[in-house]
Amino acid sequence: MSWWTELALIEQAAMKASRYAAGSLLTVGDLPVAEVAAILAATDRIERMPSADRARMLTGRRIALLFYESSTRTRTSFELAAKSLGAITTLVSDKSSSIEKGESLKDTGLTLRALGAECIILRHANSGAPYLLAKATGLPVLNAGDGMHEHPSQALLDLRTILARLPGVDTGRIDSKTLAGVTVVITGDILHSRVARSNAMLLPKLGAKVLLCGPKELLPEDALALGCSGNTGAVEIEREFDKALKRAQVVMMLRIQRERLAGLELDLADYVARYQLSEERLAVGAPEAVVMHPGPMIRGLEIAGEVADGPNSAIEDQVRHGLAVRTALLVRALGAGGFESVTV
Amino acid sequence: MSDVLILNGRVVDPASGVDAERDLLLRDGRVAAVERPGGFGGGKAKDTGSQVIDASGMIVAPGLVDVHVHLREPGQTYKESIATGTAAAAAGGFTSIVAMPNTVPVNDSVAGLEWMLDAARGAVVKLFAMPAATFGSMGEEITDFYELHRAGAVGFTDDGKPVLQDRVMREALVAAAGIGVPVSQHAEDTRLTGGCSMNAGPVAFRLGLRGMIVEAEARIVERDIRLLRDIERQDGLRPHLHVQHVSTAKAMSLIRAAKAEGLHVTCEVAPHHFTLTDEAIGDYDTNAKMNPPLRNDSDRLAMIAGLMDGTVDCIATDHAPHALFEKEQEFERAPNGITGLETALGLALRVLHKGHGLTVSRAIELMSAQPAGIVALEGRGTLKVGSFADVVVFDPAAEWSFEAKRSRSKSKNTPFDGAEMVGRVMTTICEGRIVYRG
Repeated sequence: MSWWTELALIEQAAMKASRYAAGSLLTVGDLPVAEVAAILAATDRIERMPSADRARMLTGRRIALLFYESSTRTRTSFELAAKSLGAITTLVSDKSSSIEKGESLKDTGLTLRALGAECIILRHANSGAPYLLAKATGLPVLNAGDGMHEHPSQALLDLRTILARLPGVDTGRIDSKTLAGVTVVITGDILHSRVARSNAMLLPKLGAKVLLCGPKELLPEDALALGCSGNTGAVEIEREFDKALKRAQVVMMLRIQRERLAGLELDLADYVARYQLSEERLAVGAPEAVVMHPGPMIRGLEIAGEVADGPNSAIEDQVRHGLAVRTALLVRALGAGGFESVTV
Repeated sequence: MSDVLILNGRVVDPASGVDAERDLLLRDGRVAAVERPGGFGGGKAKDTGSQVIDASGMIVAPGLVDVHVHLREPGQTYKESIATGTAAAAAGGFTSIVAMPNTVPVNDSVAGLEWMLDAARGAVVKLFAMPAATFGSMGEEITDFYELHRAGAVGFTDDGKPVLQDRVMREALVAAAGIGVPVSQHAEDTRLTGGCSMNAGPVAFRLGLRGMIVEAEARIVERDIRLLRDIERQDGLRPHLHVQHVSTAKAMSLIRAAKAEGLHVTCEVAPHHFTLTDEAIGDYDTNAKMNPPLRNDSDRLAMIAGLMDGTVDCIATDHAPHALFEKEQEFERAPNGITGLETALGLALRVLHKGHGLTVSRAIELMSAQPAGIVALEGRGTLKVGSFADVVVFDPAAEWSFEAKRSRSKSKNTPFDGAEMVGRVMTTICEGRIVYRG
């Protein structure tokens, strides 16, 4: 059985119960481990392909990038990923489209579909918007970040980064034990972070422990709900960063999302003192840990510039893995249902 | 108007303590007689040209009363009209409903109230209204309670919004006490709920939605109870506070304590709050979005406990129709509210009677005599001889699935599409006229 067929079968099984088009990625919550493995395997294969072959995979296929929020990494990497596969992309942003005139998300989606879009990549300020778009259009929708909810492709690229950087992990076998014994600390503005939510839901599927760290205002106890579905105890809260670091093999730092604070008062000097990943703190707490940041980062606030640029940092790796993982997600989105014609 | 004879049914009229096989004669819009089976001598009725309803196996109860309905007219008739909303009411077994004032414009004047209650609007069941407690429901200055009451107001409310300022709420309670009607409060401290679209808690966290904390409801209930106490002591008046759509255990226990203290507090619970929890939002289903929001299961069970122990005075639907295009939006942008008139009885019997052992008689009381009492509807909510001929005949054993597309309401925004119901309305009669036949 070719890997494409395998992926297709897993896809069909997963999507049978779904109201959304096969190949959609709205949340990591309903991704079985086997499918995570298939996506990572596809990523590897596509990455190893000669670029000329890769460029034929989605020749002439139409992909719309619908962005209601600003983005550098996600938008660029999806776009470059699509182009590297030979797809035609178009970018629609809320600032320069009929969205400004009050067109609804549903109608914007239907318009893109009528123009021939076969897949929509959506970034939106409202949690859950990708579900609405997927229901309204019946197209595969890739969630490129929705409000405070999820950022599934980010979690997948973070996973790939962790697998590549952590010593002693058997990356050949992706299952529920692959990251057993690995503790990933996520520190900062968890409340407003879709990256934290997606990672806290995805990484435990591979056996990792996720330790959330931050002050109460940015990390309510309700966050433990992320570990609930079959992963009881996989997500923990540790409010003291230094204690959390002692347990960390991976530490992910998050930006304080000022645009979503909505009146929340925060003493930034105190925050820096307690939660900034400084060189000293890293050296004392977790000198071997892989340091990650989904970006955009504010150097000098949640992370010291020296740490971001230091030897532990995997921040640029994350960006590179982002490009690779997104090629696989696009092939998955557009290939589902048409796998027979794709031969590698 | 011809006579209506309802024969062979089980008459359940909590207000008169009747729960027995009885025949019912309706004449000139009133209940003319209640007799033991055969008391009207079967054949005779046909001679006099009566309409005869065979209610064998059915329950014959007072027409249901809903003190909390949004009919959207004037101003938003694309969502609902008085004609369609009251038709949905009839299909749900309701014969008296109380329209909320958040129409466009807000119902805050005698002219507006009279227009709404005018027969020309085409209401098929008896329509009452609660005009706004403050002009434009802006929460600043109370409306003319006296004149509005003379024109038919059965209470006052800024529903959809709370009367937030202490001074204004106090004035409203005092003014309403003077004329003997309730102030109905939408208990939400909106200073705590800005930007929130569901209940606070683990589900909201997982969905990445800002949540309304239970304190937002409790704080207003607590404040209003304190105002009642102050007014009783300082002004020698006995104001009536009606707390709308209670949704939290915290508010429920405050109301329980206030009642024990002897204050005049009543409250309502909506069927969705005793049936569903915030898990029903699922993949951002905007038909599970309303305000107050669906809460967690312990709050839901507290609503049921309140209904069982008498803390809750009535079931009210908060029927809130919205057009499909409005609900087909991002969750945070979609308007609050669901329809409820056609699912209230079926859910009450399924969840409260079948699920939790509440007697059918109590369920009926919570949906007829007691809500009628809250807004002092003379001669309604009972089948006593001389009262209005408002009757619902339903099959208490019928189990069926509600289909939103068959709703009489203009809007279909319900989380109960396909939901199991117990008890099916066969006939609804309002003031002697048959207004619905199932």
